[in-house]
Amino acid sequence: MAPGPDDLAAVWLTVKLAGVTTVLLLLFGTPLAWWLARTRSRLKGPVGAVVALPLVLPPTVLGFYLLLVLGPNGAGGQFTQWAGIGLLPFTFAGLVVASVLYSMPFVVQPLQNAFEAIGEQPLEAAATLRASPLDTFFSVVVPLARPGFLTAAILGFAHTVGEFGVVLMIGGNIPGATRVVSVQIYNHVEALDYAQAHWLAGGMVIFSFVVLLILYTLNPTGRKARRV
Amino acid sequence: MSEILARFQLAWPGFALDVDLELPGRGVTALFGHSGSGKTTLLRAIAGLEQTATGYLAVNGETWQDGARFVPTHRRSLGYVFQEARLFEHLTVAANLDFGRRRIAERERRVALEHAIELLGIGHLLERKPERLSGGEKQRVAIARALATSPRLLLMDEPLAALDHARKQEILPYLERLHGELDIPLLYVSHSPDEVAQLADHIVVMDGGRAVAQGPLVETLARLDLPIRLGEDAGVVLDGTVIERDENWHLARIAIAGGHGAALWVRDGGHPLGHPLRVRILARDVSIAREAVLATSILNTLPARVVELAEDTHPALTLVRLQVGEAAVVARVTRRSACGLELSPGQAVWVQIKAVALIG
Repeated sequence: MAPGPDDLAAVWLTVKLAGVTTVLLLLFGTPLAWWLARTRSRLKGPVGAVVALPLVLPPTVLGFYLLLVLGPNGAGGQFTQWAGIGLLPFTFAGLVVASVLYSMPFVVQPLQNAFEAIGEQPLEAAATLRASPLDTFFSVVVPLARPGFLTAAILGFAHTVGEFGVVLMIGGNIPGATRVVSVQIYNHVEALDYAQAHWLAGGMVIFSFVVLLILYTLNPTGRKARRV
Repeated sequence: MSEILARFQLAWPGFALDVDLELPGRGVTALFGHSGSGKTTLLRAIAGLEQTATGYLAVNGETWQDGARFVPTHRRSLGYVFQEARLFEHLTVAANLDFGRRRIAERERRVALEHAIELLGIGHLLERKPERLSGGEKQRVAIARALATSPRLLLMDEPLAALDHARKQEILPYLERLHGELDIPLLYVSHSPDEVAQLADHIVVMDGGRAVAQGPLVETLARLDLPIRLGEDAGVVLDGTVIERDENWHLARIAIAGGHGAALWVRDGGHPLGHPLRVRILARDVSIAREAVLATSILNTLPARVVELAEDTHPALTLVRLQVGEAAVVARVTRRSACGLELSPGQAVWVQIKAVALIG
């Protein structure tokens, strides 16, 4: 039994969600990671801890609070309604917000590590060669941190694909809007439709394996570390 | 206004920098001292890399820092060569060289990139990545990269310290050429007496975050009261010119600048006649005689005049400053010999110089 149109829709939705989330996380996570890597502020600890929270919290906890905050009585919900966006729970936009928060450590931490590994020295050298801080960031930091960006993008994407609990809490199970692959597998299993579940579940195993394989073989920082 | 005015205060736990310097706006000035004496911190403050340093800095009439203003590093027309070359690993040598150059205005490009490449002898390395360069090559690229920004001030922080002896000898001639061919003032941090003796025109001796002595190199080294000597031993550096070469004995004769005709025989280093040279004479290699001694293995015996005597590090020893013409020589003799010879300022004597080190 080949995968049906519902399955393909779920796959497409998942890819779209992971893609949008990854792009947003790279945009917002990069300055945050840069700040975490460079700051001597006392806020570094608390902010770092908040970023890492999704690593340890059960996804349902995150989903539960997001549901409250973004719901009609929550502060976020009041804001989105005031801004004319309407309510986010059980929409694709709501899923994106949740995924960004949930996958944040997988993007921010590799970037922060990469930035910290670069250290002060190339930045000082660039300053003595007339490069402004912003210029230095794009012409020195980004190229030197490329392996970190690669890791961050792959992990952010893959982790969003693998999401289940948060999606279920805040997105529900709406075909074409919030029904991603992991939820679709759950549906198939609930319906005892194991053959269909296999298509998606097997695909997920292969996808995850390939992603990790790419990460472990292509990542030059990993290779360098082993050589030393 | 061809000078560098630098006044800095900075306090860290266990270290304070407090200097007020007026440095010449041309030639090579060595910042010399032990590690921890504050010379690197001073250099970094001049570059604007120590933002907590307060004070005043003007370079050849341009104010880079005062109470109200702090020009950030990337707006200062300076070149900085770090101890570790700090080349950008993701760029080729050519792109490293171009990094600073393309960030300055066309009209400010006074040093042609080709000239910098030629001066440092790195033309054959341009397509390589830094990871495929030796330590000496990296440092030469770093120097050329700094030069290519046509800076008004060149700062070098022990650029040779991380290299072995052979690599140092590879780079020093390039620095000498730099000195000869470019009109950019160079502040050179070093704790190596050899490098300072070879390169510097002017010296600032740092100790404990303060400048304890400064002045023209040749004069400053001949002072007997310096708390830090150039190396483990007192000694002087003299400028000279090759005036004769004796091929039979492989010797060269060097006329001492200001020596009123005094000349030294040294091992022939292969330099042509008329070539300017520096020689270094350590106090322990100089002895004093009341009369010219003829039958001796010592080649160089010169008439001199005693200028002053000073205590040395050990009570048995005395340092004697003498003048050969106008050039200064320092001798170390025992106090007993000084008494026996009845040495006193103004007295005419002969100095016997046992060893002369040729530098550059």
